[in-house]
Amino acid sequence: MELLEKLTILSDAAKYDAACTSSGARRGYKEGFIGNTSTSAMGCCHSFSADGRCVTLLKVLLSNQCAYDCKYCVNRRSNDTPRASFTPEELAELTIAFYRRNYIEGLFLSSGVLRNPDHTMELMIRALQILRETYRFNGYIHAKAIPGAAPELVERLGLLADRLSVNIELPSEAGLKSLAPDKTKGAILAPMRQIQTRGVQCKEELVKYRHAPKFAPAGQSTQLIVGATADSDLRILRLTQGLYDRYRLKRVFFSAYVPVVAHSLLPSRDTKPPLLREHRLYQADWLLRFYGFRAEELLDEGTPDFNPLVDPKCSWALAHLEFFPVEVNTADYEALLRVPGIGVVSAKRILVSRRAGTLRTEDLKKLGVVMKRAQYFLTCRGQMSEGLRFTPESLLRNLIAAEQPGLPGTRMEQLSLFGA
Amino acid sequence: MMEVIYLYDGSFEGFLCCIFESYANREPPSDITPEEDACPTLFQTRHIKTDKSHADRVLRKIALLSGEAVILLRRGFLTCLEHREMYLYRLTAKLLREGPGFLRNLADETLLPVLKAVRHLEGEAQLLRGFVRFSEYSGILGGEIEPKNRVLPLLRSHFCSRFPNERFFLYDRTHREALFYASGKAVIAPLEQFEAVAPDETEAAFRRLWKRFYDTVAIKERENLRCRQTHMPKRYWGTMTEFQGEDYFIAGQTPRLEHRGPGLPSV
Repeated sequence: MELLEKLTILSDAAKYDAACTSSGARRGYKEGFIGNTSTSAMGCCHSFSADGRCVTLLKVLLSNQCAYDCKYCVNRRSNDTPRASFTPEELAELTIAFYRRNYIEGLFLSSGVLRNPDHTMELMIRALQILRETYRFNGYIHAKAIPGAAPELVERLGLLADRLSVNIELPSEAGLKSLAPDKTKGAILAPMRQIQTRGVQCKEELVKYRHAPKFAPAGQSTQLIVGATADSDLRILRLTQGLYDRYRLKRVFFSAYVPVVAHSLLPSRDTKPPLLREHRLYQADWLLRFYGFRAEELLDEGTPDFNPLVDPKCSWALAHLEFFPVEVNTADYEALLRVPGIGVVSAKRILVSRRAGTLRTEDLKKLGVVMKRAQYFLTCRGQMSEGLRFTPESLLRNLIAAEQPGLPGTRMEQLSLFGA
Repeated sequence: MMEVIYLYDGSFEGFLCCIFESYANREPPSDITPEEDACPTLFQTRHIKTDKSHADRVLRKIALLSGEAVILLRRGFLTCLEHREMYLYRLTAKLLREGPGFLRNLADETLLPVLKAVRHLEGEAQLLRGFVRFSEYSGILGGEIEPKNRVLPLLRSHFCSRFPNERFFLYDRTHREALFYASGKAVIAPLEQFEAVAPDETEAAFRRLWKRFYDTVAIKERENLRCRQTHMPKRYWGTMTEFQGEDYFIAGQTPRLEHRGPGLPSV
């Protein structure tokens, strides 16, 4: 089979994986090697595909032949789809050729289960070894650990890759049982625990010996599919919180379920992917990671799903009006972050600027505060914006209007998904 | 007082000498502009000679007051902010007059325009670290960009540490200069014109592979062209492999990279 055709099949099969970040690794110039990682905290996007997602890594499967039969997956054994596999040599050569042309920041390697998990992992390790050792590649590598593979193989993979991930995919064990009968919760969580323990251990070694080998220096991530099962946002967010707390994950990705196969247990094929729901979950995920929120503050048994009309932070603010208004000249960083319209960047700018003098309302916009949202929740020198009048109802209306233009898809289209 | 316009050679040192002259003569200029951009005017003009010792004195004084201001001036000078020399002059004047305290007020009216311009410059450089596309021309990597700001000085260390064993060049069409790198040494030098040569079969094949990959990773059901354009404005597409016409992917064909900038060489 021609390389072009293989690449088509194997990137098409890998595209549903949401992760495409290159942040967290610090690889600088290394003599005799090719590559570095971006010094920026955000990583480096090399392009954006027509769906608006960033293209950072050469995201491919080593093989889309799979021994498993997970119902939601395009690559399941029983699906009639063209199959292909890269040889480790081919893949390494392609990665380097793309990297030299600055098409990509590195490689994201995953695979279907070829024969069995151990065999698959061995092939993946072989490909990464060629890259790191023969081509002396010093760029970013994200590798997927295959659930059920031997711990020694996970160990070897972690020494070659910058980031490892194990996809949970289905947010509940019941979902896993009905849709992914070959996988168990234990088989997924075991490598995650191993990666976490090994990461901690490696950091300790690095303190003692400067040249101790680095195990997955950019940590681990996972992905949850949204909308394939009936799990609520609350359940997904609680799981996310737990993964950050207990497994020290760097990222949890959400992937709106795109119906690729027809099955009685799955949403029908003409269901549109729940993009707005995915968007709200990402917003909430940001609140967990950077804004000091906890899952239980955002959702509870009474409201198990996010409001499609306003973002999670506004929702929280509307339910906690007693917290506001916040005085920008005296509030601490954590309180500033709770104000809708103030983000990490603008909160930090406020902290710096107010040391030079008292802030005025007109300064806030210059610092990057989104006043359309923030004006209802803050005071400057004890005063709200001049001429601002609002009632709880108009407040909600205005906040909805402030976000509307930026949302994925049109509103009506998205709303119907929640009824389904 | 007489209104006077300073003309200088367009270099950062030259600009610093304008500040020196202005303080030596106790006259605030009404404009500072590079000689080559100067248009005939009724105002009095004065050519400022670049004198390295003057430039050093100005820079030392500024560095004494604030190291941050030095970075701001250097970076600010690379931006596409219109009348950037005057904005930077006013910033320096305020710094000399009031001391560095106002640099902490990020909403300060003298500081903010420069800060915004520098953020724009740094943002553009960050985008281009990803959007630059190289082609291999018999062992040498070459690429072109068309940025608004002079980003090459900001891209230099990134690409040099990324490809330490390669030989490469990166041509900036807008500012007609190029970054050249070979065996551990990098220079940025003016280059009037650059014409890419036709790709050989290997190069064309990798372009096709990339284009195919790019087209395949997009999930049809999630198409969102507006989102794509927000993250990757159209003005960058002209130099990116995945947005070129069919000819670009055929070996031996003269590549037809789109040219959009003013007065650029036609292919």
